[in-house]
Formats: sequence, C-alpha cells, structure tokens
Amino acid sequence: MSRSLAGVAMVLAVAAASLQEASALELKEIAAGIFVHQGLHELPDAHNHGEIANIGFVVGSRCVAVIDTGGSPEQGRELKAAVERTTRVPVCYVVNTHVHPDHIYGNRAFRQPGVTFVGHRKLAQAMAVRAPFYLEKAQRELNNGLTRDDFIPPDQTVQDRLELDLGGRRLILTAHGPAHTDTDLSLFDDQTQILWLADLLFEGHVPVVDGSLSGWLKELEKLRSVQAKRAIPGHGPVVSDWPAAADAELHYLTRLREEVRGLVKQGKTLEQALEQASRSSRGDWQLFDEFHKRNVSSGFAEAEWEEP
Amino acid sequence: MKISQYPRLFGLLLAGVLAAIAAPVPAAGEEEAAWNGGLKQKYFADQPIEESNAVIELTAPYRAEDPALVPVSVTAKIPQTADRYIKTITLVIDNNPTPFAAAFHFTPDSGKADVAMRLRVNSYTHVRAIAETSDGKLTMSKAFVKASGGCSAPIGADLEAAMARLGKMKFKLDGDKLALQQPNLTQLLISHPNITGMQMDQISRLVKPAHFVQDVKVSFNGKPIMTAQTDIAVSAGPNFRFYFVPQQPGELKAEIKDNTGQSFAYAQAVTP
Repeated sequence: MSRSLAGVAMVLAVAAASLQEASALELKEIAAGIFVHQGLHELPDAHNHGEIANIGFVVGSRCVAVIDTGGSPEQGRELKAAVERTTRVPVCYVVNTHVHPDHIYGNRAFRQPGVTFVGHRKLAQAMAVRAPFYLEKAQRELNNGLTRDDFIPPDQTVQDRLELDLGGRRLILTAHGPAHTDTDLSLFDDQTQILWLADLLFEGHVPVVDGSLSGWLKELEKLRSVQAKRAIPGHGPVVSDWPAAADAELHYLTRLREEVRGLVKQGKTLEQALEQASRSSRGDWQLFDEFHKRNVSSGFAEAEWEEP
Repeated sequence: MKISQYPRLFGLLLAGVLAAIAAPVPAAGEEEAAWNGGLKQKYFADQPIEESNAVIELTAPYRAEDPALVPVSVTAKIPQTADRYIKTITLVIDNNPTPFAAAFHFTPDSGKADVAMRLRVNSYTHVRAIAETSDGKLTMSKAFVKASGGCSAPIGADLEAAMARLGKMKFKLDGDKLALQQPNLTQLLISHPNITGMQMDQISRLVKPAHFVQDVKVSFNGKPIMTAQTDIAVSAGPNFRFYFVPQQPGELKAEIKDNTGQSFAYAQAVTP
C-alpha cells in the first residue's frame, strides 16, 4: 500500500470512529416519560440526510411507544440507542404518524419480534405507492443509505381510534381524514394530557399541504377543542398554549383557501395562480419559498372541484 | 452533543471531499441519453425530427413546485389551415417510469393547436413535445424540469375525493362565454385518480391495479375538435386546455374511457 493510500485509510478509520461518537441523538423529556427530539427547519438534503422532523418516544411501566422514527436509517438507530440509554422498558409499538420520509425512514432499526408497527388505515397503501419515487429521491438527494427494506408498513392499523396501553398510561390514537397527508395520526397521552400532533401542527416551518387544504382546516377545528396541556408539532418547538399555538397555522391555511378559491372563481389557470399567489405571509414562516407555491398548486386543484 | 460537533463537522467535510472525488461529472449530452438511447426510436422509429420552436413551443417550469401537478403548455406557432396544420402533439417525459404522457390530435377546425395540461414528473428530466404537421414532418420543442416539492410525491393528494367523483367532468370557457367564428379557449376538467398500479406490493401486501384515463374525445355539435390518448403521467384530476372554433352556439361534449373499460360522457351547452 502506498503511503498516501495508507493515509487515506487512517483518515477514514478516524472519521468512522468520530461519526459513531457523534451519533447521540439529543432528546428532551418534555413531560414525565415523554421524550422529544426537535428537528431543524431545513430542506432534506445530503448533509442532514433527511433528519429534519421531530421524533421521540413515550415510556410506560410495561411498554415504550416510539413516535416516528426519523429521516434516515441511521437516525432510527440513534433513536433506538436513545431509548435504550433512557429506560429498560422494551419498545412494544412504533407509531408512524404519516407517510412522509422524515418520519418513517428510521423504521428498520426497530423491526424485531415483540414490536408492533402502528399506522393509519391508509398508510400501507400510501407507502407502497410512494416507495419507488421516495427511494429514487433518497438515493439521488439524501445520501442516507435508504433501501426498500426500510419501508415497513403497519402491522396494526388505526381505523378511527385506537388505544395503546403502555402500562400506567394510555395513548389514544386518532386517524384523521385527509389533512397534512391522507395518512395522519394524532396521539393523546391520558397521563400528562399531552397532544402529539406531528405534522398536523407546524410551528415556524411553513405548513405543507399534501393531503387536503379543506380537510386540514376541518381536522384542525376538531383538534382545537381537545383540552391539552402541551402540544408536540412535527416541526418546531413543543408548545404549551394549546389551542392558541395553532393560530398561525390556522390563519395561514384559512388565507390560502380564500386565495385559491378566489383565483378559481376568477377563472385563472394553475400557471396564473402560481404567478399571482400572494406572498404576504412570507415573513411569518421559515421555508416559505420552498413550500408555499406547492401549497397554492395543490390547494388550487382542490378548489377547482369545490364549486358546482 | 458538544463534543460531537467537531467530529460531525469533520465527517461532513470528509464526506464532501469523497463525494467530490467520486461524483461522476455529467458528460455533455447525458441528459439526452434516454431519448437517444431508445425513446426516440420507440415512439418515432427512424423518422427525422427537427428540433426547433418554429412550429410549437413547450413551456414548463424549470423547478416544479409539486411533482404531482406540473403545469405544461404547448403553444402553436403556425395557424391551423386546411393546407398545413398541426395534426398531433405528443408529450414524452424522458425519465418517468412510463415516458409516454399523452398524444393530442387536432384538426383545421381546432383554430389553434395549443394545448395545456398538468403532468406528473418523477425526477430531473427533459419534457418533450413533438408536433406532427399535416405534411408528415416532425418538430420537437423541449424543456428541462427539476421535480422538487420536498416530501411530496408525484401521486397527488386525496385520491379518494377524486375517486368519489369518478368520471365527473366540466368545461370552463374563457370568460364563460362563447365567441363565434374565432378560436375559443376551453378547459376540460375530469375527476379521476389517474393512478398507476402498485409497484412494491411486498410492502403493503396489497394489490391495487392501475386506473387511469386512456382516451379523451371532445366534440362540438357532434364534430370532433380534440382527441387524445393519455397515460399515467397525466396528473390526478386530468385537466386540458385547448381551442375550438364555433360557428354557432351549441353543445360541447367530452367522452372519456379509462383502462378498466369504464366510459364517461358529459355535455355542456355554450352560448355567446
């Protein structure tokens, strides 16, 4: 081996060791037994490997429920290590709150006997339809080693409502109609009165409509009547002023709907809608330029069928 | 986490260096690989195709905001006359699983062979429109599209809603009024999920067959004004804009057929 090759090999070995060291996932216990890792408001890319969402777990006396597994297979392994560092209670459930990559790509780390994957009644189908595209995109853009084996569909589905008994606490899972996606789940912990909303709630990061704009407003209305001490968004900090914490999202979605309905009524084309869409709420949100137009696009297509 | 900041940064830097070494430099013409390597032959055999915007011009966003709904339009640069007119415009998306998106057929009565639609674009790819004029010549206009849209996929949202309205259609006229003896822009909206079959059944253990619109025929007072063959690259809720020249008030009619053999028809009276 030449001297330079040996040098490269040594650098690689050091780098590998360093990366292992770097793999501790930062989580906060936001209430008794509820641990949340807060993601950064970034687009998924080759540097963050798609690890951008809030993920975490809930510890009962008998079972741990993992809530979303992260944006990469590695983040799933880091989350598993974090669970093991925190408690000796075993993981019984992995809940995927919806089909998006930043919430499901860590699934494989938890696949073992005794672990039940739980998701919306439409999750398996949504995963199957999206997997070929998601896989190609991950390989092209995320550099996170994703394979088709990382897509793990639910073993148990939530039709409308499901209770998971973790021992000493119950998680109540609700399957929502099309909103952020068409596979959204929310969770309520009866012990701490904490509402885990995942991407049904965006804080700081502009809301992304990949299900139904009107549907989301409908579900948000229902969720706002839930008495909760705190709410956990899919992106952004945990909030304590529920439901007031949803005001910004509600305002954004309401205005978006007014706007796309107006554009449809004026007989605009999709192209014109994309050009003319108002940017007035740009200052209120991060990643506005990355997602607002696509919200206008899907909202416009939805509004076209709302009129007679 | 504090200690780990530096090694992580180091790891990223190293990864960057390795990527810079390993990343293949895109060769000139690589974007044409799929087209020259088989697609052109498949759809147009050995016919010569002139690349120019003199007959038609394709417009598509360079960065597609939503890969499920990419607005693509084709503008005709020559009038539809009995002597020479655009007969067919074919849309091909090089890097989609099914590259053939649609073929639209026009007549001299179309007035103007413009057509606009919404397409699913899976990747970074050329989108091509190839016009066949009545003299048999082929002319191609193309655009490069980068499908982004973060977490969304080129499937479409809430397909159940489209399914619940399956086959429902409507026409929208520019200004809601008919203008006689001149080209009128009209939009046909079709409620249909237009979905591809499942390609990874082992994930869901579900089988969901493909379900998409294949044939579209639009007529005015019984006379065909636009017909099309379409495929799964057409977005859920297929939406087409095109022209026709009415001589008198009458009835616009759309007849569609999907790959499961289901047919739907819809007629709408239009007046000046």
